[in-house]
Formats: sequence, C-alpha cells, structure tokens
Amino acid sequence: MNFEVPIGPQHPIHVEPLMLRLKVEGELIVDADVDVSYIHRGIEKALELRPYIQGLYLVERICGICNAAQSLCYCLNVEQLLGKEAPPRARYLRIVVEELSRIHSHLLWLGHYLHTLGFETLFMYFWRDRERVMDMLELITGNRVTTAYNTIGGVRRDLPPGAEQKLRRTLDYIEERVRYYEKVIDSEPTILARTQRVGILKPGDAVRMGVTGPHLRASGIKHDVRLDDPYSGHDEIPFNVITWDTCDCYARVKVRLRETSECVNMIRYALDHMPSGDYRLKIPPFFKAPPGESLSRVEAPRGELVHYSISDGGDRPYRYRVRTPTLANLLSVVEMLRSRGDYEVYIADVPAILGGIDPCICCSARILITDEAKKRRMITTLDDIIRFSRGRRVERR
Amino acid sequence: MGLVEKLVRKCRARSPWILLFDTGACNACDIEIAACLTPRYDVERFGVLAKGSPRHADILVITGPVTRQVRDRLIRIYEQMPEPKYVVAAGTCATSGGVYWGCYNTYPSLDSVIPVHAYVSGCPVKPEAILRAISVLVEKIEKGEA
Repeated sequence: MNFEVPIGPQHPIHVEPLMLRLKVEGELIVDADVDVSYIHRGIEKALELRPYIQGLYLVERICGICNAAQSLCYCLNVEQLLGKEAPPRARYLRIVVEELSRIHSHLLWLGHYLHTLGFETLFMYFWRDRERVMDMLELITGNRVTTAYNTIGGVRRDLPPGAEQKLRRTLDYIEERVRYYEKVIDSEPTILARTQRVGILKPGDAVRMGVTGPHLRASGIKHDVRLDDPYSGHDEIPFNVITWDTCDCYARVKVRLRETSECVNMIRYALDHMPSGDYRLKIPPFFKAPPGESLSRVEAPRGELVHYSISDGGDRPYRYRVRTPTLANLLSVVEMLRSRGDYEVYIADVPAILGGIDPCICCSARILITDEAKKRRMITTLDDIIRFSRGRRVERR
Repeated sequence: MGLVEKLVRKCRARSPWILLFDTGACNACDIEIAACLTPRYDVERFGVLAKGSPRHADILVITGPVTRQVRDRLIRIYEQMPEPKYVVAAGTCATSGGVYWGCYNTYPSLDSVIPVHAYVSGCPVKPEAILRAISVLVEKIEKGEA
C-alpha cells in the first residue's frame, strides 16, 4: 500500500519549519519532497533598500549560526567593489573568529545530531563544551552568537588584553574533549548502528547535485574553498582537508569531529603568527560604490557560501544574491531518502539522514519560484524584476 | 479563590512546559533557547521541559518575525494548545520586527497575529534574559495575574 506521510512544518526533529512529504510503502520510503518556503523573509530585496553598512547587519542575520561567515563574505564582496583590502592583522583576526564560530557550529551540530538519534547525554556534554567557545566569542567580539565583528575594511576591535592566554587554554580543552568524543563515538554500538550505511550519497551523485562543505567531504571528495580559492589570509595558514570515504551518516559525524580539531590548530597558528598593525581601514560609514559586479566565496561551517552583487554606482546594491550551502545540500536529502535496489530507507532513518546535512533552513528560504500551478515558465529579465519591485523603494525614500 | 484552584495554580507554575516554534528567525535565538536547556543554564530546575507537540505545552516560545507563509500554521499551533496557554515573544524580531522591518514577507510584530504575554528583548536573546522571562511569567501564573 502506498500513502503519503507529511512531516512538519512544526516537528520535534528540527526547530525550524520544514515540510517533508514522504511517500511510503509500509515502512519503506519510496519518494520524498522538501519544502523550505516557510521562512522566506525577502532578505535579498531588503538588501537592495539599505545602504551598504546597514546591509551588513541584515546579512549577519541571514543565519545566526554561521553569521561570521556571512558577514565575512559580505565584507569581502563590498571591499572588492571598492577595490580595497583589509590590513593583514584584520585578516588574521577574521580567521580567528571564523574558525571559532566553525568550532561552535560543529559542536552544536554534533550535539544536536546525537540528540536526534536519542543520545541525550552526549548532547549535554557537547553543549557544555560549546559554552566555553561561546565565552571566547563573547570575550573577543562582545556578543555570544551574532558577533558583529567583521566590518567593511577590517574588524571592529582588536584582541582584548589577556584574551590570547584564555583562548589558548580553551583550545587545549576543546582539543582534549574532541579526542575523547571520537573515542566515545567509535565505541558506542547505538551510534554506529544508527549511522553506518545510513543515508549513502555516492561521490558521483554528490558532485552531480552540487553538494558542498563537510557533506561533500564526507562523500570522499576533497573540496574546500579555503584550499581551492583562499580568501582573507587562508593561503598562509596550513590545514588538512578532512575527507572520509564511507559516504554515510557516520562519515558526516567523523568529518565534522576531525574538522573541529583542524580549526583548533588553525587558530593556534593564527595566534602564533599574528601580524601587528592596524585592524581596520578608515572607510566612511556611508559611501557610494563604483559601478560593477563582484562575487565572493567563503567556506561557511555548512559548506560553500557565495555572495554576488551588482552596483549601479549608488549607495546601496542594485542587486544582491546569496547562495547558501544548505540549499545546495537539501537536494541530496531527497536523493538519500529514496529507496532503490538494495538501498532501503525506513521512516526511522529520516532524522538521521535529514540531520546529517546540518540543515539550516533559515538560510535557504530565499528562493522565489514563479508560476508552478500553470506549468508555465515566466522568463523575465533581471531589470524587469527590479523595476517591478522598485515601487516599495520609492515609497520608503 | 478556592483551595483547589490555588493548588492547581501552584502546580501549574511548577511545570511550565514549553514549545519552541521558529516563525522565520535566523536561528540565533533558537540556539540560545536550546542553550538554556543544557548544563550551563539548565532551565529544567524550574520544571521547564521542551516539548515536541503543542498539545503538551503550556508556554509557546516564538522566535523571529512572522512570515506570511508561516502565519496560518502559527495560528493553528496556537489553537492546538490546551488552555491556559501563554506566549513568549523571544527576541527583537518577534517583539517588533527587528532588522526585518519593512521586508515584504513579514508581519510587523507577533502580537498582531496572536496575543503575547511576555516579551524578551535582545538580538539574539541572552539565555539569562530567557531565564528571567520565564521566572517572571511563572510568578505571574502563580499569582493568577497572567
């Protein structure tokens, strides 16, 4: 018998509203459909209505967890438009905060993932250790989550006195804990049974669907923006790209755990080789960018993040486009949820598979799909859409 | 106020179960509320448990500006909760729209959609602020003011 099981938009697996429609035959899932539109807020449009410096605050709130990566990508983009570059010290400080927030994101995910598998104790352990990282972020940037550290032309403040020693102590602690967690995860039969050979994504499929980040590396493909297209001083800091070739949920856990200790080493290197000098360029708060377009890429905790902007010479972007990693990874969820041949997916595997990509729906819901019902595709030019939506902008001025 | 009612009210204030619902937040408030449940802040000592179903919950914690798409779902979840029910608007976005003010797809505030009993400010809210909001609300429930 074939019927449809809707999951969401409010459900215990994931806080954010996400609609999953599963076609099942008994316990077996034969088809799946994902709808992420519940969080569409219209950020890209809102960016066109705000001056560049105000856009920075909005961009940080595309995603609260990877806000450091979002704001870094935005700053790189606008700096490229202006033809300026942040001073060396700023670039290293940006890396410190970026990698710290990657540690915080990975620990958060690992805890949350084990929680969805039913492993409550490790969830509490991971989040307890994560608090140490949050303390460091608060010490350096002034806020726990939304850091507002990167700004156009550098960073907002220097390392406070005494921060380096505290940071090093925290890094030692995190490194030791990660080693311990790796031992726990490898020796715990419940975790192994629920993750091994679950949610297999072959390397070929992963590339075909444009999967990015740790999810791609867990399929055995060595791809990392920090290595392939280094930005903001990443070309000077050595690190290993972690890959794992079992292509299942277990690989995703391992890759993120190992990456956490790589981040620790990168921050240590950045602290050891911290250049002296200014930490920001003097750029006036309101400015006009020269006409042109620019594209910037950053390795966010969840994968490759791309920002693209067009400037028409005004004080705000003509068009701003954000492509977030979760949107790229969500396609693969549908593929992983579909049973075919001897690969069988059961309803009980859904949390493990969906959780495995580190879904962050708030970034993804920025796509407007035009005209599905009539099976007709509307082709409009970019200028048409912008002219169509300009009404509001005039009203606000 | 009868003795039974007094007892019920006291018991109710000892186990405020919460339901967290994200109506368009950037996730920052969500993870801060989740951090409240973990060892450092440990909101369970006030009897607070996070629940997965609206039918089990007493307090609905909303994060983020309400988007047009999620509005009907939010109202449905609110209606599914058993009486008495309380709503906490966590974060600046739920309180007043926050940075998303003027976006074409969001409502200006949560209280234009459903009634709200407590507002927590901050972008994102600090775990300490959430603890305080819950303890103030619980006190009010006990006194019968909320």
